Formats: sequence, C-alpha cells, structure tokens
Amino acid sequence: MMTWLRQNARETIAALALVILFAGYIAIHPRGFSTYVVTIWSNQGTLLGLAAIAQFFVVLVKGIDLSVGSIIALTNVMGSFLLNGSPTSIALGMAVVLTVGVACGLVNGIAVVYGGVQPIVTTLATGGIFGGIALLLRPTPGGSIDETMSDALTYAVAGIPVSAVILVIVLVILLMLLRRTAVGLGLYAIGSSEQSAYMTGLRVNRLKLVAYGSSGFVAALAGTYVSMVTLTGDPNIAPSYTLNSIAAVVLGGVALSGGVGSPLGAVIGALILKTISSLMFFSGLPPLAQPFFEGLILATAIALGALGVFQVRSRLELYR
Amino acid sequence: MADRYVELKSVSKSYGGVPALTAVDFRCEPGRVHAILGENGAGKSTLMKLLAGVIQPDAGTISIGGQTVRFSSPREAAEQGTVCMFQELSLMPHLSVGDNIVLAAPRTRMGMIERSVYREAREALDLVGAKSIPLGARVSGLSLSERQLVEIAKAVFRKPKLLILDEATSALTSELVETVFGVLRMLKEQGVAILFISHRMHEVDAIADRISVFRNGRHIETFDVGARTTDEIVGLMIGRSLEELFPPRRAPVPDTAPVVLNVSNVSWASQLVDVSLAARAGEIVGLGGLDAQGQQQIMHAVFGVLRGVTGRITLNGKRLNGLKPPRVKQSDIGLALVPEDRKTEGLIPSMSVAQNMRLAVLGRAPFGLLDLDGSSEARLQELIERLALTYGSLDDPIATLSGGNQQKVVLAKWLVLSPKCLLLMDPTRGIDLPTKAQIYRLLTDLAAEGMAVILQSTDYEELIHLCDRVYVFYRGSVAKELTGDHLTADALIAASMNVHLHAGAQA
Repeated sequence: MMTWLRQNARETIAALALVILFAGYIAIHPRGFSTYVVTIWSNQGTLLGLAAIAQFFVVLVKGIDLSVGSIIALTNVMGSFLLNGSPTSIALGMAVVLTVGVACGLVNGIAVVYGGVQPIVTTLATGGIFGGIALLLRPTPGGSIDETMSDALTYAVAGIPVSAVILVIVLVILLMLLRRTAVGLGLYAIGSSEQSAYMTGLRVNRLKLVAYGSSGFVAALAGTYVSMVTLTGDPNIAPSYTLNSIAAVVLGGVALSGGVGSPLGAVIGALILKTISSLMFFSGLPPLAQPFFEGLILATAIALGALGVFQVRSRLELYR
Repeated sequence: MADRYVELKSVSKSYGGVPALTAVDFRCEPGRVHAILGENGAGKSTLMKLLAGVIQPDAGTISIGGQTVRFSSPREAAEQGTVCMFQELSLMPHLSVGDNIVLAAPRTRMGMIERSVYREAREALDLVGAKSIPLGARVSGLSLSERQLVEIAKAVFRKPKLLILDEATSALTSELVETVFGVLRMLKEQGVAILFISHRMHEVDAIADRISVFRNGRHIETFDVGARTTDEIVGLMIGRSLEELFPPRRAPVPDTAPVVLNVSNVSWASQLVDVSLAARAGEIVGLGGLDAQGQQQIMHAVFGVLRGVTGRITLNGKRLNGLKPPRVKQSDIGLALVPEDRKTEGLIPSMSVAQNMRLAVLGRAPFGLLDLDGSSEARLQELIERLALTYGSLDDPIATLSGGNQQKVVLAKWLVLSPKCLLLMDPTRGIDLPTKAQIYRLLTDLAAEGMAVILQSTDYEELIHLCDRVYVFYRGSVAKELTGDHLTADALIAASMNVHLHAGAQA
C-alpha cells in the first residue's frame, strides 16, 4: 500500500487536495451536504472529467490536444439533432455521435503520425474545423434532447448521482484496459520512450492512432453528456473545455512529457478544478475578482507538483 | 531449420554519403558465440542495426538459413527470432520491470495479458542473476547495471534464435558477467547464434568461439579464438602502426609548471567519491576507466553542471564551486568543455556551420551585441584553417558535415574563446582515422602553447600515446594514477577493473 502511494504520489496528493476543497465547498454552500448539491457537483465534474480523460489519452503519448473542446462541441451539437425520437433512433443517433468522435480523433492521429505534424499545430487546425462544423450546423444554441433519458442520466438514485456511477464505470473499464492489456501498456510504453518502444518491437504508429481514437471516443461521451445535462446543443462551449482539460490533467499528475499518469488522476484534476470554481461562486468574492483567485489556486497546485525539479542534481537533466 | 546460419553478402550502407559499411560478407552459425571487434566507427553498430531491422542495407542481401530476408522494423526481425540488446538501452523508464519484459512478447487471453507471463518474466530475471530486482520496480529507479540485467532478461525472455549483444555487459561486475555468460553458454547449447560486441578483450576470450575484426566499415578478417595474439588483433583493428596515428611523444612537463586545474576531495551524489586530481599548464591529463565510473561526472562537476558538489575545485587559484557554465567560460576563468554527445550537447543540428561556431562566443559580446570589431571573426577564420575543416559553405546546416568535421566545429566553437583549460569528453568517438590524427596533433599543439588539456576517453591507445598522466576511475573514485613507463595497456585495463597487477604479469 505504502509503495503504491509513493509510486502514485501525485495522484495521492491531488486526491487529498480534492477532499479538502470539497469539504470547504460543502461547508460554505448555503444548502450544505444534500443529494441536490452533490448531484449538481457530480454532473459538472463528470463533464469536465470526461474531457480530461480525452485529453489524457493524447498527453499520454506525448501530445497535446487543442481540439478536445471542439470535438465535445461538435458531438454535443450533433446530439441535439439525433438524440430524440424512438429508442431505436436514439440508439442509432448515439452510435453516429460516438463514431464522429472517434473519426475526429483519428483525423488528428493520422495527421500527427503519418503527416509528421506536431500535435499542438495539428489540433489547433482541426479544432478550428470541428468547431466550425458545429457552428455551421447550429449557429445558435438550441435543439431538443429526449428528456426521459436526460432525467435518467442526470438525477440521483438512492442518493447516489447517476453521473458519478457513469464516471466510475468508465474509469474502471479504462484502468483495466490500460494496465492489463498489451495495447494499454503499449500506450504507456510509447509515451515513456518512443525509441525504446520501437526497439522492443511495438507498433508505435498504430498505438498512437489508438490513443487519438480513444481520445475522440471519450470526447464524444463528454459531448453526449453535455447534451444530457444542458438539453441543448451549443457550439460555443469548445474553448473552456479545451483549456480546462489541459489544466485538469496537469493537476492530476499526468506528465505533459508523456508516459506518466492515469485517467483517475485526470478525473481528480477535473474535480479539483470544478470544485474551485464552485467554491468561488459561493465564496462571496466579487465576480470580477474570481478568475484571479481561481488562477492563483491553480498556480499553487501546479507549483506543488513541480517541486521535484529541486531534487534534480545534474542541471543537464533540466534541459532534457 | 537445422542449419540456421545468418549470412550477409556484399552488404553496403551509408549515411548521407558517408559509408558506414562497404561490401561486407559475413556469416555466423547457430550454437556459436561470435565476437565482433573493431574501433569506434568501424561499422559494428551499423552491422547490428541491419540485422535487427532498425535500418535497411543500400546494397547486398541478408539471409537466414539460406532465405533472403528484409526486415523493415525491429518487430519483423524479432518475429523471425532476431533479438538485439543495444548499448543504448531499449527500456521504457516509466514502466515497471515486469511490464518492460512482458511487453517484448505479450501473450494475451481475451485481450488481457496472462498473469503467467509475469511468472516467466520473473524466471528470466532470476536466470540472469537479477533475483533482487522486483517485478514491480520502476525502471527509472534502477541503476545502470540493474538496467542492463533487465535488458538481458528481456532478450532471454523472447527466446531468440539470433541474439545480438552490443556492449551488453559494460556496467556489470565480474560476478554478474559470469552469471550472464553462464546463460549465454546455455543458449549456445540450445543452438542459439550469438553475436557479441565488447571492448573487453578478456571477456571476448572467455566467451567467444570466433572473432571477426571490422575496420572502417569493412570486414577485415575472421578467425577462431586463440588463433591470433592480442597484439595481432589490435593491429588488425587499427590497420596501421600506432606511430602513424599519434604525434611523437612530448618531453615531460616539468614539475615547476603552474597547476591550472586543481580538484580536491570532490564528491557528488553517490557517483563521485572523494576525487582529487590536478592538471598543469602544458599537460594532457587523461581520464580513463570502464564506462560510467565517474569520469563524465567529474567533467560536469568542474564545468558547473552539477548541483550539490562538495570539495574544492579551483582554476588558476579561482574557486569554481557553485559557478555555472555561463560564468566559467568567461575569459577571467577560461574553461571550455567539449561534451560527450555531439548531436545533442555539442551542436544545434538545425543551425548552420557558422552559427554553431559563434554560439559559445556570443556571451562575451558587450550588451549581447554581436562582435563589433571583428576580432573573434578573424580568430574563427584562423581556426578553420588550423583545423583543416572541410565544408561546402559556412551557411550550410551543420548536419551536412561528416562526423569528424562536426567535431572540429565543436572544437572551434570553444577554442575561439582561447580557454586556459580544455575539457574533452571522448572527442574522437566515431570519427575516421585521418581526422583523429589531426585532432591528436591539435591537442598536442594546444598543450605546447600552455593550455591544460583534460581528455576523457574510452580508447586506451589514446590515453597511452597522448597523455602525460592518466587517472583511472572506478566506481566514482580515482583507482589509480598512471604516469611515464607505468602507463601501459595492461596497467590501464587492470586499473579499470580495479585488480592489482604484479610486475610483468599479463592482463
């Protein structure tokens, strides 16, 4: 147990921070600890949590994805057209939305792997394209989404928010796949050292496509869940999800240099971010001052994560 | 496939017009250990990379058991049973030891990796003598020798038919080397063909059945172990007498010459232990020993790259402790370092020849303005002539130059600062012989002009023929200081392995 904690020190620290922040949030919330408050918090956290997992897959293989938010926006907008009607048509619509997400991820992956374009440049461009399509499809927020399904997925059952259950299921499945399958380990391997992975005989290109495709899939899940929570399709949500997903993975101990971290860490990071902004909302601070304090808390958290730099004893290591 | 021999027929490979292998015919058989010998740059690693599918030949064919093969990746080579253990380790640092081994050849059921595979990984580790390394340990936390053992276990785990070991035992103690050799002999009995590259002659003698010597990208000769003496083998490797390569021996530097660099009782992390050494003006002082015994770290410590160095380092009486590279290169101190890895530390590959040469001198310009009076420009021109640099245009990217000329640029970039003390880390690694000879001459000239030169080298001949004195490192400290008549190959090798030699005994 102790060695596990030490090897996953960043996740552990992040989890502790989350517990403290959450306690603070509940303490100052006018309604205190109630199913209603926790469900709202959990729904919001799940949205960003899924976005952070999508970002995690790309960061794991040494990339960065500036199009995550746009894929979420695009799938959200598509959901607002497709996720209603008979159960069959909802199921079909769901399949279409998820396929579009995977396709977007694969477009990024192909450009990075076979085009040799840097991830940040690729996703900056494709992000514009995906977001642009969303805007063309639905210039202003709107559309309709099956309310029965929305209710089922966003309320609580026996005091436990359904969103939390969904998030836990997604996490358990992903952790199993990442730690127990050759493909999952392969993703960590190419993030850790692409050259070594190649020398070991791993299919580096194919694995990278898997990472980008998975990212697109989870982003589509996030987009679908946005539809469930907001009951509209909104093409303008992209930038906030993109930036917050990057902040979330960093907070959750996922190394931007690749190969280190887990979806669990990414989700914890997302929940921390969500809790900080909720705290701000009820803190009584003037709204204009809130972004400043949000940034300050974020900077402190990131600085704590970077303390390892002071243990480096050869300065050459700092530049590797 | 009873006779699963590997054969190369007139194989050639060149990089950017520079030939690395020229018309090589080579053959190795199952159930034998075949040693490949040659200097740095002789084409050994190119040969290995060809066999392992990392690179493909420009001309000629590779066949296994009479069937022509063409591997486009290490994966394809491994599927055919060729497993290579490279000097630059192929481990994933953030993954656990178990995952690293298992990933090399995962067996899955319903997509999940079978737990029994980890048991086999454990057995492979135990076999090579790595009982103390837990499967769950992260590779990034292991020492170099532990990593080598994991790497060997990984190779054994894949059940190779052709196993290539490229300096695979360089960081292992003699006991562990014996355990690993036991495993190699076992594999040999099972009919595995083994290619073994090592610089340690006694290891080659201990394990190899046949020896092939390579020089300048050509296969020179193949013979059974014991058919030739060590001297003959060295002659084959170098291809000419040592006298032609090295400048004539200089008169010893008098004891009255002022001490330029003085290092006393320096320790750092666990990698440097109480190191003391000195270099006088006009001296070439060598740092020798096996790979990674602290020679590199002491250079970094002097140049201000390391944090938390204890002890005392002075240059011409000025204390250097705590000063960083931008400070120690200033003219009042006058230190310069030619780093180990040209490509990543010595040069900026995407910049031109001229830009690279001006990089070190930039910090000296007042207010960061580029040299106004042109004095350093004139000095650069002079250096280009002195180094006999061969180039197309000074505005060409540095990558278009040959390795030897790239190294000359690294030298020029520092010499333009007129350093008082020059630190060189393996400056002739992978460089052709004529350029080597030029660099040797240059170093002797610089010493004659009064510079103190510290030369860290993996090449024993270089240390013996060029240096006034050699400090031999072993596990982070100076095991022995060799001078004058005591500076011989046998003494160097013995000191490198920290064994004591009786007078007249052979290593």
